[in-house]
Amino acid sequence: MKPRHKRTLIVIAALAVIGIAALLILNALNSNIALYVTPSEVAAGKAPQGQSFRIGGMVRDGSVKRDNLTVHFVITDLVKDIPVSYTGILPDLFKEGKGAVIQGRLNSSGEFVASEVLAKHDENYMPPEAKHALEQAQKNGSAK
Amino acid sequence: MIPELGHYALILALCIALIQGVLPLVGAHYGRREFLFLARPAAQTTFMLLAIAFVSLAWSFYVNDFSVLYVAEHSNSQLPVIYRLGAVWGGHEGSLLLWIFLLSTWTILVAQLSKALDEFMVARVIGVLGLVTSGLLLFVLTTSNPFERLLPAAQDGRSLNPLLQDPGLVFHPPMLYMGYVGFSVAFAFAIASLLSGRLDAAWARWSRPWTTAAWVFLTLGIALGSWWAYYELGWGGWWFWDPVENASFIPWLVGTALLHSLAVTEKRGGFKSWTVLLAITAFSLSLLGTFLVRSGVLTSVHAFATDPRRGIFILIFLSLVVGSSLALYAWRAPKNTLGGKFNLSSRETFILLGNVFLVVSAGSVLLGTLYPLLIDALHLGKISVGPPYFNSVFVPIMVPLLVLMGIGPWTSWKNTDLITVIKRLWLAGLVAVLAGVGIPLIMGQFTWLAGLGFLLAFWVIASGCLQVVRQAKLGKPTRSFIGMQFAHLGIAIFVIGVTMVGAYQEEKDVRMLAGETVSVGGYQILLVSVDKALGPNYQALRGTFLLTKNGNTQATLYPEKRSYFSSTMPMTEAAIDAGLTRDIYVSLGEELSDQAWAVRVYYKPFVDWIWGGCLLMALGGVLAISDKRYRMKLGRVAS
Repeated sequence: MKPRHKRTLIVIAALAVIGIAALLILNALNSNIALYVTPSEVAAGKAPQGQSFRIGGMVRDGSVKRDNLTVHFVITDLVKDIPVSYTGILPDLFKEGKGAVIQGRLNSSGEFVASEVLAKHDENYMPPEAKHALEQAQKNGSAK
Repeated sequence: MIPELGHYALILALCIALIQGVLPLVGAHYGRREFLFLARPAAQTTFMLLAIAFVSLAWSFYVNDFSVLYVAEHSNSQLPVIYRLGAVWGGHEGSLLLWIFLLSTWTILVAQLSKALDEFMVARVIGVLGLVTSGLLLFVLTTSNPFERLLPAAQDGRSLNPLLQDPGLVFHPPMLYMGYVGFSVAFAFAIASLLSGRLDAAWARWSRPWTTAAWVFLTLGIALGSWWAYYELGWGGWWFWDPVENASFIPWLVGTALLHSLAVTEKRGGFKSWTVLLAITAFSLSLLGTFLVRSGVLTSVHAFATDPRRGIFILIFLSLVVGSSLALYAWRAPKNTLGGKFNLSSRETFILLGNVFLVVSAGSVLLGTLYPLLIDALHLGKISVGPPYFNSVFVPIMVPLLVLMGIGPWTSWKNTDLITVIKRLWLAGLVAVLAGVGIPLIMGQFTWLAGLGFLLAFWVIASGCLQVVRQAKLGKPTRSFIGMQFAHLGIAIFVIGVTMVGAYQEEKDVRMLAGETVSVGGYQILLVSVDKALGPNYQALRGTFLLTKNGNTQATLYPEKRSYFSSTMPMTEAAIDAGLTRDIYVSLGEELSDQAWAVRVYYKPFVDWIWGGCLLMALGGVLAISDKRYRMKLGRVAS
């Protein structure tokens, strides 16, 4: 085999690898991205249907109710409230009146069934997505 | 006084580092020997000054000097001494100081251990490292001075985040940074040889042990971080594809590619341009990782925009480093890219293919990490790219890589008859298939993914065993060969751990009263009681659990729910009964009604093999470095 052919073959092999990887990536990006949605957007029906997404906001004071391992609470951007249910152990930093980000999907009765509750970092930390939701709601409120 | 001394030492270090960065390079370019000889003393002085600065900061932590802002923000008087020292690198400013101090440590090691290398090369390498040091020192002094005073002094410090009060944190960052920073040596060697135009096998032989050393540290650093997350964060996972984790993993992937590519350059003089490019990339990605973790861009692109000084500086520094080295590369890199002649079926091809897989996987992780930032920066909405993305992209790329790992070491340089290789490997293939089918059946449940995992792991192991048998017939193996075997075995062990945990772990969240039992993975866990306990700077509720199997007591476990005095945040401290074939993991959730507790229990088969595999890889690296050909005088190598 001539060196030129050899090089061409190597280049083709490399391109094939990259091409396949690109396909995998595009495919995975399409199906595995979770959108952040604010509670107001969920209330306005803008949340993706039948697909998992994330809500950022605050856990409303006095809304946490335990039913054995299932916890019900309300996530809010201080304008709209979304009821949430979660079964399992909540992270240490989950607290009423604090920010949280939750991932899950809406069920038919409009309750958000969370598969994951994220409340990491330290107690003074506000998840940027939760902050974003609050600011967004405030902005819309004052505009009206 | 001590903090001022440290600050002053930092400023002096910047001046000396500039001398170290400029004069030797100028001297090497114009052939001025008197400048060349400045390189070593300058590097030594920089190191001394940085050591003084670092010790000053550590001292401020040790004596609880809360008039230093950084100390007040990251420590308090109740913190045990060991964590006060760990807190030196618990925040942004201190960890950067550690970064630079380690960079200087690497520089001094290169300066001391390269006596046999020619003066021009040493001067250039030390010069390039000096320039990098100056850039980072300028960054620290202008935007992140750890010695800034807080007047009036605080009564007591804020606490270190209780999550970080753990031995894992004391060792994890220095290890990781040693790895990150270590790639700067490979980078400096690459730049120095581009400058001198002497891109030869001697260059590769010199950078190889350094690159391997950096890779060993990075491997250990990542493994420590993963282990820390597993037992301390209380989530029981070992890898989350968190951007901070990815920032360390991407350079590791490229560094691994670099290790293998350097082998080709050393043995066959091939892949020179590719190797240089990888060296530049590995270090640039280390810088990018520092930027991602340290600029605040990860928490939010917009948080970064509100205090952009740090981010902008690193970004400019990063583009300067990447831009100038790529420009130099474009200008000076040898044009004949593949080097010595080799056939399509040869070890060169296999290493090149492996390299492509590693680089592509690094690219896919990088893309997943940066994509949400990009979307956010363009105001296209907020998204998160989670573990499913990484799993569905990364794992398929690793499958062919593992297949190659079983074949590559059997091929020879230049030309290999693949038929012979296949004939030698049929036994390994048979073992792999048997393991892929058999182990899932023994474990009681067959899934294709588990089968694939065991197939690949045992393919690598069996191929390795056959290699060892063949080598034993040929004569005494070199340390390099043994090192490779350990590293590849480490990968296989790691894959077994990941496969076992992925396919057969059991997780249960349950409500428990004292006296109740929960079963997981064939074990019974009895909640005996939950009592109050007191630690040095926290109080806790401590659960007592009895772990039994078929009526035999295996262990007593004490998970805790701690509240630190200096923090309002509760802390879950999981209890783990570790074993060679399984971990049992118990952590307390919250107290429910009527003295019942929410309890999380895990059965994690073979989870420790994940970190054991990493240890083997690191051990392999250490063995490879100790190979005696690296101890030869350069004069003989170059000829």
